[in-house]
Formats: sequence, structure tokens, C-alpha cells
Amino acid sequence: MLSVQNLNVKFNTRKGLVEAVRDISFNLKKGEILGIVGESGSGKSVTSYALMRILDNTGLIRANKMIYSGIDLDNASEKLMMDIRGREVSMIFQNPRTSLNPIRKIGVQIEDVLRRHSRATRYNAKQKAIEALRAVKIKDPENRYYSYPYQLSGGMCQRVVCAIALACDPKLLIADEPTTGLDITTQKAVMDLIKDLILSRNMSSIFITHDLGLASEYCDRIIVMKDGSIVEKGVTKNIFTYPKHPYTQKLVNATPRPEKNIRSLLPPQVKNHEVKHVIQDHTILEVKNLSKLYKGQFGSIQAVKSISFKIKKGECVGLVGESGCGKSTTSAILSRLIDASEGQIFFDKKDISMLPSKNFSKNPIRSHIQMVFQDPTESLNPRYTAKQSISDPLKNLTNMNNDEINTKVIEASNLVGLPLNLLDRLPHQLSGGQKARVGIARAIALSPKLLILDEPTASLDVSIQAVILNLLVDLRAKLGMSYLFVSHDLNVVQLLCDYIIVMKEGVIIEQGKSNQIISNPKESYTRLLLEASPKPPKLPNVP
Amino acid sequence: MIISSSINNIKESKFINHFISILKENPITFLAFLMLFFFMITAILGPYLVPYDPLETNAKIALQPPSIEHLFGTDNLGRDVFSRVIVATRLDLTISVLAVLISFIIGSFLGTLAGYWGGWLDIFLSRILDTIMAFPLFVLAMGIVAALGNTIENIIYATAIINIPFYARLVRAEVNIRREASFVHAAKMAGNSEFKILAIHIFPNTLPPMMVQVSLNLGWAILNAAGLSFIGLGVRPPTPEWGIMVAEGANFIISGEWWLALFPGLWLMLAVLTFNLLGDGLRDIFDPRKRA
Repeated sequence: MLSVQNLNVKFNTRKGLVEAVRDISFNLKKGEILGIVGESGSGKSVTSYALMRILDNTGLIRANKMIYSGIDLDNASEKLMMDIRGREVSMIFQNPRTSLNPIRKIGVQIEDVLRRHSRATRYNAKQKAIEALRAVKIKDPENRYYSYPYQLSGGMCQRVVCAIALACDPKLLIADEPTTGLDITTQKAVMDLIKDLILSRNMSSIFITHDLGLASEYCDRIIVMKDGSIVEKGVTKNIFTYPKHPYTQKLVNATPRPEKNIRSLLPPQVKNHEVKHVIQDHTILEVKNLSKLYKGQFGSIQAVKSISFKIKKGECVGLVGESGCGKSTTSAILSRLIDASEGQIFFDKKDISMLPSKNFSKNPIRSHIQMVFQDPTESLNPRYTAKQSISDPLKNLTNMNNDEINTKVIEASNLVGLPLNLLDRLPHQLSGGQKARVGIARAIALSPKLLILDEPTASLDVSIQAVILNLLVDLRAKLGMSYLFVSHDLNVVQLLCDYIIVMKEGVIIEQGKSNQIISNPKESYTRLLLEASPKPPKLPNVP
Repeated sequence: MIISSSINNIKESKFINHFISILKENPITFLAFLMLFFFMITAILGPYLVPYDPLETNAKIALQPPSIEHLFGTDNLGRDVFSRVIVATRLDLTISVLAVLISFIIGSFLGTLAGYWGGWLDIFLSRILDTIMAFPLFVLAMGIVAALGNTIENIIYATAIINIPFYARLVRAEVNIRREASFVHAAKMAGNSEFKILAIHIFPNTLPPMMVQVSLNLGWAILNAAGLSFIGLGVRPPTPEWGIMVAEGANFIISGEWWLALFPGLWLMLAVLTFNLLGDGLRDIFDPRKRA
């Protein structure tokens, strides 16, 4: 149905030609779901853009053959391509919010596609749009027709994008990371929906993702890409159980899943012995009946409702929940960036909830509670070099002189494995993993007692995530810190944490020892979270 | 000491490399900086370079067209137009640079406060600035100069006041975006005081877009000062200034003496053009992400 041979994509940039895709070839059969898996910069999205011919003007496409059901996509006129897009081949983009027009009703946006491809007239367009919404299982489609994108949740928006993509019954659907940024349960719902629709309409699909686990659950065949080339392709089960190429092996290894432990995420050659960490009986943090009420223009929102828990010295506690469950608010309160409405926080037996967050920066306890932020790019001042970023807390919170600060910065960089020659670079000159290391080095430079980790690996590739998670484990053992690890991904949390807290709608619904929560959850919601995370096929021999 | 001075040298050479790479990348920026250099030289050394005293009158050679002796001709009092145009550069550039500097400082300060703390302070400041913007700005400047008195300082103040809202609004928006950025939270975790966060972490990040505004404004301030002089406010004859020269020369265009108004007008235009072209280059210089 789709046949691509020796596809090359180059970009004309100021620094000369950049090869984004090199000589890739693949075929797609009717009714098949093909997964293209790769980490950022592997050229997987560019491949799909080249198929749809929606690259920038600077993108040059060269292919021996790029044929979709008899149409030569490489040489087709722009007019023909406009007919093909949407009617024959359609696409679901990464971020559902930005792929919908924010100022138009969603129903009207579906009508646009229908009428562009003459699937509907002015008179029946509305009815057909409502049918399309119903097909993607949106509740109450008659009223939702009039909604604007901002009124819908992320998952709902992605369903609307699906409805637009599928409105004209295309034969091929290209989904480019359709669930990135969605919660794990929403991810499962959206993926199940897409798979159902593809099967019931006998369509083919190309599913682009960085998550090998997710791809293995939904795809028939998988292509693994690296640096613009295909390194391995084959049937899903074979790729996952018997990966041949070292890169695929590394990816398969780095994908977190229930039966893995944290060291087994790393490639065998760099594996060293895990240092056992000690959990002491001393309670470093105790939270009692903590609540947070946000007062807004349209009434107030109770973000956190009377939660209580304890963190022991040297312990790693995982705080798990979906977006909007109050986990970020909780971590912001504990890091004393915002004030709680009610409740007490005891840090080292001292009540710190009484100290207003505004003046907390002057408090000596400031240096004992530090935080690693979600987005390593956004959490670094773009004008600060790595060294300035790491030394900033030392300058403010200690009495060290310049030489001592320099020594400390070098020590922290060594601990997090940041090469010292990168210290003079600005954030945009560093890779994602390096930026994450700078963020961690900044947090541990003060030797804090409690480190709050707010989804520290959410925006990293899996292989880098594996390295960073292991780094965190080592640091805890070496420095004896306690962690509060905030995440939505139970697969990651169970690797690192001794104790897990599950939050939903501002309430703690379950807490307990890690293995107990994972193997024997009491609450149905915890079970739902566990089931929703993608389950790649088991490895035959766990290394 | 030796180590720190060598670090400073590295920093300086880094900045120079960055500057050169930006000039190489964009020929228009290169041209703009070249023209800026020319205007700076004439502003600083102008009085020593010109062949005649700009104030010296000589009735015998009044209203002569451009020649080798008088490149831009002479005016109705026999003064050399070329000398007057060149000498006027210093005054016009001083007015615009000072005016922009004042409005940049005050505007940034107000905008940062409004953008960071928000609430009633934001509402209060924003409405005042809106009120200033609601006036026809040139008329407002005329009013200010007329009320304060006809001096060069007052032209500077008037030009500064009418430009403050543009800086304040721009900074307010830029600060507002970054107020909740996680690098600001990180700065709080690092023990920075609110003032330090504002001054060191947030404000410098607003500089790249501000630089575009600054360069456009410099050109605009020159026009504004010249405009005020043109209608007889501010600079008074016989001081050489482009606006007055155009105003005086305009009377002679009908009788065919075009050079009196053309050359000061041309210099005015070139100066404004220089500053307008400078915008992108200045922004790139202040944008750390452009550094290779």
C-alpha cells in the first residue's frame, strides 16, 4: 500500500546541509500498524512529514520511490497532495492543544475537513461532524460540537484531533507521538481508541513514538531509527525479545517495566554494583493534615485535601497520580515555594509550615530542602553558564569564598558525571541529559537532607532516563539524602522508591511499601494506574 | 588576580567573537554598525573635522549651490551647510540617546514591578501608562516642552516621557511570562531574595526584545527632537540642528535653493535608518542563545 525506497531528507541551514533522514526504505501493508521508534533527533517525525510533504521550504526530499497506492508522493503536484492529505492519508500531531485552532469551535473544525474533501454539504455537515465526534467516543457530542478547545481536557482534545483525522475515512493514519503529555490512563484510552478505529475501518497506520513499550503493545511491526537511519526492523515480538542491533538492545534494556530493577536499565558494559542505601528510623519530614485552597475568580479549588505522610532519613518516597491530582501543589508546598492553607510540616522535628514562603529563602533550612525540576531546559536561566547555575545556591546560602565555591562546583559536577569542560557552556549548548545533570548538581551542591524530584526524567529519552535514574540512586546512597519522587509513571517510581503514595483529586487514596503497592494494590484506582502503563512482552532471559 | 584577569580576557574575547560572528552572519547588521560608527565619529570629532565654523556668517557667499568649496552649498546667511550638518550630529544623537536611556530605565523599572507583583500595582501602573499612550504623543511632547520651557533638556524629558509606556509594557509582558518559569523557582530554592531574582534572573532575560525597541526608539527620538525643533520648540537658531535646518531651508525650496533642506533632511533620514537597521543585530548580541 505504501512503499518507500531510499528516502533522504536534507535541510538547508545556515551551517550547511543537515541530513535528517538517510536512505530509509520500508513498506506498509494494508491493515497493518507500523511503529517507528527512536529517540529525539532520530528523524522519525521528519520521515512522516516527508511522506505528507509538509516540510519547511528548506527541507529537500530525495527518494528513489515513495509510492502510496499508485501515487508517486515525491513528484505529485501540490494540488494533488492537498487532495490526498486528509482524504487518503491523515495525521495526528504531537500536541493536541496546538494542533487545534483555539478560536474556533471543534465542530466547525471537523466540518472544515469534511467540506474541503466534499464529504459533506452545508446542510448535512453539522450532523456528520457530530457523528465523527460520536465515533471517537466523546460523550454528549451534540453539545460538545459547540465547545472550544480550551474547554476540553488534553485527552478530549486528542480525541477531537482523531475525529478530524478520521472524518474523511482515510486509508492511512500517521500518528506522531499522539499521547505525549497525556496521563497514563488517558494514554491508554486514546491508544485503544485509535487501535479500535484502525481495525474497524481496515486502515493502515504509522505510529511514531519514543516509547518502545507503547509501540510493542500496539504495533504489528517496528522500525527502530537512530540518527536518521533505520538500525533494525522486524515483527514486534522479535524486536523486543531478540533485539539484534546494539542500539535496539540498549533501548529495550532502558525501557522500565515491572520485572526490571534499576541497574538492569543500563547497558551491561557500564553497569557497576549498586550501593545499598540505608533507611534510618529517623523521620526527616512529617506532613500532617496538609491542605491547599486556591481562591480564584470562579470560586476556590481545593487542590490538596488534608494529606499526611512521613519520609524517613535515606528513604525514597514516590508520589504518584495523574495531572490535577495535587502532587505538584504538594511538592511546591513542601519545597516552601508556596504556603499551605492548613496543616503542619515538620522538617527534622521543626514545624516549618509556620514560616511564610516569602521569607523562607533567608532561613537556614532552605539549604536542606532542594528540588530538581521537571523540565531541565526551562529550569536553567538561559543567560547562566552551567557553572553559574550550580554556584548560585552556594553563593546565596553559604559563606564560602570563591575558591571554596569552585571546589564545591567541581565536586558536584563530578558526582553527577558532568564533564568539567562543559561548565562554561550556556544551557542551549548542552544536551537534554547534560542539562538534567546541571539541574541535579545545583540541587545537591548544598548537600540537602531532602531532595524533591518533580518528574525529573519526564522530558528525557529512555536511555538518558535510565542513566539519570541510576545516578539518583547512587547519589542517595553516597550522600544519604531522602527523596520525594513525584511522577505519573508507576513503572519508573517502583524502580527507585521504597514507599509509594498514590494521590487522586487532592487526597491520598493509598500508601504503603513499594512492592506491596505494586504486587497487591488495594484500591481499584491504583490497579487502574498499574494496568494502564504499557506492558511490553516479557524478556526471555532477564540479564 | 592573574587568574581572574585572564578569565576577564576570555570573557571579552568571547564577546568580541560573538559580535564578529553576528556581523558576518547578517550583512545588513554589518552595514548598520558601519553607519553607526560613522555617526559616532562625526558626533565626537565633528567640530574638529569641519572646514568652516558652523556659525560664521558671510553675506557675500549666501545661497550658493553645492560646490567643491562648499560641499552642501551655503545658506541664506552664507554659513557652510556641510559644516552645520556634521556639527549638528552630536546634538541630535545626544538628545535621542539620553531620551531613550531615561525612558528605558524608568520604563523597565515600572514594567518589572507591574509584571512581577501584578495585582493592584499592575492595574494602577498600567492605567497611568495607558493614559499617556492615549494622547497623540507628538502633541503631548509639544505640550510638555511648551509648559516646561524651551530648552534642550526639556526636549529630552518630553521625548523620554512619551516613550516610557512602550518600554514598560514590553518589560511587563516579558517579566510576566517568566515569573512562573521553573528557573525562577529554582532561583528561589537557591536562596535568592525577591529583588535579586528580579534584577539578576528575570530582567536580563527581557533584554533581547528590549533591544529591538531601543533601536527603533533611537531613530524615533531623533525624528521627534527634530520635529519639535522644526515647529520652533526646543533648540533655537542659530544652533546647528537638523530639524531647524530643514525648517529654515523649507522656505527656500520654492525659490530653487533645494540644498538647504535636502542635506540636513538626508542626514536625519540616514540616522533614523541606521538605528532601525540596528535592531536585529542588537537583539542577537544580547541573546545568549545566539552564541555558538
